[in-house]
Amino acid sequence: MENEKHHIVPIKTYVYILIGLIALTFISIGVTHIELGEFTTAGALILASLKSWLVLSYFMHLKFDNVILRIFVALIVLVFAAVVAITFMDYMYR
Amino acid sequence: MEKVTTTHEHDHYDHEGSKLGMWLFIFTELLLFGGLFITYAVYKYLNPEAFHMAAEELNVGVGAINTVILLISSATIAMSITALQQNNIRLTKVMLEITMMLAITFLINKYFEWGAKISHGIYPGSDHLMEMSRGEILFYGLYFFMTGLHALHIIVGVAFIAVVYSKILKRKVNAERYVLLENSGLYWHLVDIVWIFLFPLFYLIT
Amino acid sequence: MNQEVSFYEVKKYKTGILNWILSTDHKRIGLLYLYSILAFFIVGVCLGLAMKLELIAPGKTIMEAQTYNAVFTFHGIIMIFLIIIPGLPAVFGNFLLPIMIGAKDVAFPKLNLLSWWIYVLGAVVALMSQFMGDGPPDTGWTFYAPYSFKTSTTMLPAIIGAFILGFSSILTGLNFIVTIHRMRAPGMTWLKMPLFPWSLYATGWIQLLSTPIVGITLLMVVAERTMNIGFFDPALGGDPVLYQHLFWIYSHPAVYIMILPAMGTISEIIPTFSQKTIFGYKAVVASTLLIAFVGYFVWGHHMYTAGMSDTAVWLFSLMTFLVAIPSAVKVFNWIATMYKGSINLKVPLYWALGFLFLFMVGGLTGLVLGAVATDVQVHDTAFVVAHFHFVMFGGVGTAFFGAMHYWFPKMYGKMYDESWAKVGFYTFIVGFLLLYMPMFWLGMYGMPRRYYDYLEQFHGGNIISSFGALVLVAGLAIIIINLVTSARKGKKAEKDPWHGKTLEWQVDSPPTLENFDTIPVVEKGPYEY
Repeated sequence: MENEKHHIVPIKTYVYILIGLIALTFISIGVTHIELGEFTTAGALILASLKSWLVLSYFMHLKFDNVILRIFVALIVLVFAAVVAITFMDYMYR
Repeated sequence: MEKVTTTHEHDHYDHEGSKLGMWLFIFTELLLFGGLFITYAVYKYLNPEAFHMAAEELNVGVGAINTVILLISSATIAMSITALQQNNIRLTKVMLEITMMLAITFLINKYFEWGAKISHGIYPGSDHLMEMSRGEILFYGLYFFMTGLHALHIIVGVAFIAVVYSKILKRKVNAERYVLLENSGLYWHLVDIVWIFLFPLFYLIT
Repeated sequence: MNQEVSFYEVKKYKTGILNWILSTDHKRIGLLYLYSILAFFIVGVCLGLAMKLELIAPGKTIMEAQTYNAVFTFHGIIMIFLIIIPGLPAVFGNFLLPIMIGAKDVAFPKLNLLSWWIYVLGAVVALMSQFMGDGPPDTGWTFYAPYSFKTSTTMLPAIIGAFILGFSSILTGLNFIVTIHRMRAPGMTWLKMPLFPWSLYATGWIQLLSTPIVGITLLMVVAERTMNIGFFDPALGGDPVLYQHLFWIYSHPAVYIMILPAMGTISEIIPTFSQKTIFGYKAVVASTLLIAFVGYFVWGHHMYTAGMSDTAVWLFSLMTFLVAIPSAVKVFNWIATMYKGSINLKVPLYWALGFLFLFMVGGLTGLVLGAVATDVQVHDTAFVVAHFHFVMFGGVGTAFFGAMHYWFPKMYGKMYDESWAKVGFYTFIVGFLLLYMPMFWLGMYGMPRRYYDYLEQFHGGNIISSFGALVLVAGLAIIIINLVTSARKGKKAEKDPWHGKTLEWQVDSPPTLENFDTIPVVEKGPYEY
């Protein structure tokens, strides 16, 4: 069970991802100057999720790692989203 | 029956197991911040105007710089793992040094940012803050609490990385056994992800 | 090192106590938890008894109102955070999980010891609240805002103590999950794993995913008290109901942290004493996971009267009823397992049957509380107190005593005294029913909980209840004294006194340091008779 082959991610990949992440940061700053009304928050959150996805898949190696970790992460995101949604069942209809 | 003299020392090294343990710990951290994000979401929903106004008072420039700093530091610690896997100790060390330097820079920026707010009389429980609207009180309360907790995680992260760094110097963490470095990396990326959400929620929603 | 001696004989240090408090052996850590929990349990029982004596007559009997408030708060903190949450996982999980899955220890033995130390630290900090400053906390164990930061009593140590205890719980859960993932014996696939480890696995996930939420909530209350931040203070814009949401997002799943391992224990005892394979193994596993999952989304049923929206109320009510389904699946499976089995009526099975009966009463009265209309009538009355004592004490408590008797030969290598154990069991059950049954009626007719006084019309029920408390305490004393004397002077136990099939019955009683001379290879399912 030990010494399973470990994937080595080339440094070049990290550089590309980093450039992508910084670009997304500036995009999200740029987007706030556009008047989107109530979609401002949604837009910012979508961009943040995209960035987190990059960090999770590449920096945290989820893309190359045991598939069970990916399932766990997906489940946790779902559970948390469900908790938020249920909490808002209270606040939105109060 | 085979007679094996075993001691109860736990010498077994389980790379996957240790990593799974770290991931589970990261889940708890995510939910720790998750509770705060729920609080934030509820109060923003109840006080949209005040959150909007208060967010405009925060310095987007400082926030953006800190975002970039954390992103670079995340990339460098990821690179250090590659370097160690390739048995390039020198590069590993350099990358970790950069990571720690960037983390400290982040904290210094944070110090000045908080300092500026406090010198304007805005801190939890201050007279000036108490005169503001309820939404703004909540916004700043959350701002100080969440960025404060995040800063605490940065400090813990740097300490963690420093421990791993010293173990690399002693070759206890090496190209064969590098799970500790990987785990410190995972922790550091977690800190990064939390900031990726904190930044737009406090600085950009204007 | 000699393979034949039990783990008790293995000593690293000269001073006896160091062999315990510095040991990374999962068996010793399990016993450390057992002794700490027993010590706190005695304190908690005394506090409970004090409350019942106060309620034996209307008006002031033995204590002031403020003292009463402090007593029920402390009783709650001790029983919930110090006893029943660590309870079965920390004691029996630690002792037995590695053995049951064919491993030499848990995945992170040092972390395991650290969890116990954190537990002790948390306990000490929580206890400090009783002896500091302006009097012991009086908020109830739930620390509801805004009272928890308005009251002048010593709240901080209690809250911080609960926060620290959460850490201990998280680390135990984390350790068990990794252990189960990585250290099962060769051949033990997921569906050949015994049901107690399965329940610990599900429990571990709840510990991981819900404890952090209460952790941060308690930290927010600390910030509120020390820095006047205003998270839950209506005067500063905060919403006290949000505190309740966050608190119960943890504390409802925490109920499943308590009950799932109890159900796992029952799933071990019943097949062994029926000498029969468990009925519907996969259904039991699935129901364990379902309870853990659905149980995460029902927290709002503690808050029907708190001012939530009606939409949230019906949603939570629906989810609550859904949890009843997998719970009932388990009960049916246990009963079906006993059907046509060759029943061996020994004390552990007594406790399992006691569990079935008391847990069913607790579960069905839970539906009375889960249904909105009836809940509004009985909310915050003695009915609620009776309900959760049936589930927690009648469910988890009896399962704990069942586990204690079932695994006693394995843990101490001695047999307990069967006839005294039966006397203890019957006294316990009689006392239990006398104590809590009248509280259902009292609650139905409107006697509120957490008051040191009541109207004259409730006097009769309270007398029966207080009398029951005395009987119950006598039962507990018999059980504990019997176990303690048996551990010292009991008959020597064999490897497998109950003819159980799971792996722990294949190792010595008590086990050797490394449990197995050679790691077993598993070919059959866990309960193949």
